[in-house]
Amino acid sequence: MHLAYPAVLSALLFCTGLYGVLARRNAILVLMSVELMLNAVNLNLVAFDVWLSKTAQDTLHSGQALTLFTIAIAAAEIGIGLAIVLAVYRNRGTSDIDKLRDTAETGDGSDDGHDAPESAASTTAEKAEATA
Amino acid sequence: MTTTTLAVLVPLLPFLGAVAGLLLGRTAPGFVRPLAVLPSVVSLALAVLVAVRQGGDQAIDAATELTPTGSVPIELALHIDGFAALVAVLVGVVASCVQIYSTGYLRDDPRYPSYAALVSLFTSAMLLVVYSGDLMVLLVGWEIMGICSYFLVGHYWETPEARAASLKAFLVTKLGDIPFLIGLFALAADAGSFRIRTVLGTVASGGLDHPTLIALLLLAGVAGKSAQFPLHSWLPDAMAGPTPVSALIHAATMVAAGVYFIARLLPVFAASSAALLVLAVMAAVTMAGSALAAFAQDDIKRVLAYSTIGQLGYMTGALAVGDRGAAVFHLLSHGAFKALLFLAAGVIIHAAGTNSLAAMSRMKDLRARVPDAYWTMTVALLALAAIPPFSGFFSKEAVLGAAEHAATGHAEDIPGAAGWIVLVAGLVTALLTAAYAMRLWLLAFRGHGAEAPDHGRQPLAMNAVLWVLAVPSLALGLTTGLLPDWFDGRDLTPTLATSVLGTGVALVGGIVTYGAWRHTTALATRVPLGAVAAHPEGDAGLVEAEAIASHAPAYGNVASAPDPADPGRLLLGPLHRHAAVGFHLDAVYAALFVRPVQAGATLVRFLDREVVDTYVRGAGALPRLLGAAVRRAQTGNVQTYVSALLAGTVVLAVAALLVATGA
Repeated sequence: MHLAYPAVLSALLFCTGLYGVLARRNAILVLMSVELMLNAVNLNLVAFDVWLSKTAQDTLHSGQALTLFTIAIAAAEIGIGLAIVLAVYRNRGTSDIDKLRDTAETGDGSDDGHDAPESAASTTAEKAEATA
Repeated sequence: MTTTTLAVLVPLLPFLGAVAGLLLGRTAPGFVRPLAVLPSVVSLALAVLVAVRQGGDQAIDAATELTPTGSVPIELALHIDGFAALVAVLVGVVASCVQIYSTGYLRDDPRYPSYAALVSLFTSAMLLVVYSGDLMVLLVGWEIMGICSYFLVGHYWETPEARAASLKAFLVTKLGDIPFLIGLFALAADAGSFRIRTVLGTVASGGLDHPTLIALLLLAGVAGKSAQFPLHSWLPDAMAGPTPVSALIHAATMVAAGVYFIARLLPVFAASSAALLVLAVMAAVTMAGSALAAFAQDDIKRVLAYSTIGQLGYMTGALAVGDRGAAVFHLLSHGAFKALLFLAAGVIIHAAGTNSLAAMSRMKDLRARVPDAYWTMTVALLALAAIPPFSGFFSKEAVLGAAEHAATGHAEDIPGAAGWIVLVAGLVTALLTAAYAMRLWLLAFRGHGAEAPDHGRQPLAMNAVLWVLAVPSLALGLTTGLLPDWFDGRDLTPTLATSVLGTGVALVGGIVTYGAWRHTTALATRVPLGAVAAHPEGDAGLVEAEAIASHAPAYGNVASAPDPADPGRLLLGPLHRHAAVGFHLDAVYAALFVRPVQAGATLVRFLDREVVDTYVRGAGALPRLLGAAVRRAQTGNVQTYVSALLAGTVVLAVAALLVATGA
């Protein structure tokens, strides 16, 4: 099989994922898009590993080994990501990324240090609410 | 045990008592009283033993090197001559009496453990000063006494008077201590040692290069510690502390440390006749001025405080005419009767519920409420006024005799002018002393008006101590024959001329005051009673604190009262107004030092806030502006951030491609 097929497929996958990350508003869909991008990379890794090991005398298949690592880490990552999304949903009643703007600069922005403790206090209050 | 071991234990025991008291004060309150009283009593017994073994013979010297400094070594040294042995006994007696008295006086005070520990620490420091044979170690004790005085004056730190008084006491004495330290260094540089023995040896062989400079520098520290003009103004205010503290620190011992120091190093001072003249003038101004001020005070403790300053003036006067035997003799007898006066005043304040003499003079039968304090205080006042045969007579006559000796030119190396100054000022002060002692006695015990309040008997611990201290006030005069063996060997028995003169002016002072009192006492009923404590049933410490706090609201200030029945007001006439405020010395200090410093502080504050800060704020303006612009991009939307990231990556990738292809 020519290298172009998996490369084009992975590019398509990556672009789909990128579009999802940039355009979707639901946090779960954004996470799914991230997975798509990861898998595009995995595909590239496997394809290029095969292509490179054709010419080499002996090889460790490091690309494929790395793919296994990526899959394992991606699994862990998606677990944590989903847990966070769930917690945010329980807390706020929404998982719309457009509405999760706590890190935005508020007011006229004259004093940074002044409102930081306030927002910290409000998040701790929210946490206490969530655990209760 | 050898005498050296005993002597080391004398200051060590109260120190250990203080440490244990501070550690156990909260956890084991039952041990606090024994830990306060026992070390003082045991160290008194040891001090007596040391004095008996020393016996006025050759001085005991022992030393071990404490720190190799590279140049002049600092040694842990003992130098116990007759002066040191007897002064240590006095310190032990007064400290033990005060500790026992305090168990009754501060019976319900929540801060009693720390109070007792500080008194023990003070005792230890004073004994260190007395026994030390090394000037640096002496300085350590000297400064520990200063800090203990600061803490103990501020014992009632809830009241603004006590806070202000403790700070004032600390600052004024430190003002003297800085020249004192420089003087010690100069002395050690000339003599090559901090050991008192070596220093005295150097002086005897004429090896001192700058005697006047050194003596004047040391004199500044002595003036601060011993409350001599012009650094005396802290002592009357220090009466805001509890009465036992006033008795121990501000009457009997700490303020006598300066006198004792000069007595130890008298040859250094005697090497410079200029220093002796300065000392004589200082003593004369202090004596006469403080006696006048004492005559105008309304607070019973402030009368005694000014009296202490005056009696210390007698001691420095005796030193100015080169007779340290007379000075230390007066130190001993004054320590006993002044401690007694203060402790009795504490009992009276408790019983009357006021510290104001004007208020006491409107109470009938106060003396019947406190018979022990009445009798012992009468004895002590007679001793203070130098009426024979009480102890004060003998010691004051020794001072006046020494002054007369110097004035008539019999003393070598002493300027005759110093003798005359001390003699004249001493006689004037004798008159005034008898007058204010008489006034105090009449106003406190011969009042007319409402019955004095009855709070039952005073605690036994307080009354018993008064009688113990009455013994030396009565009988110390008998030792005039023995004391010269302990001192320089100079005769201390009163001479006829000064005795007749001194006693005569004292009697005149007393009788004139009595006459004035008879004249004014009819006016007493016109002005009502004021300044009494809010809780007369509380323990004595509480009553005293409340009495001090209520004096200014009732009478306008802490020192005097607008009382037309006061014989002092009649006798002093227009001078009374100035004498009541200590001849405006505080106002002078305020104009000379306090206001310039405050104005300087205002200027510095203006320069810092308005000038320096403007530059700092200006330098920060541009970064703040840029920061505000950048902050606008922070929308909080993650997807915007990722888009910007992607755009940046694309731009970089294109740029990298263009560079790689060489376009």
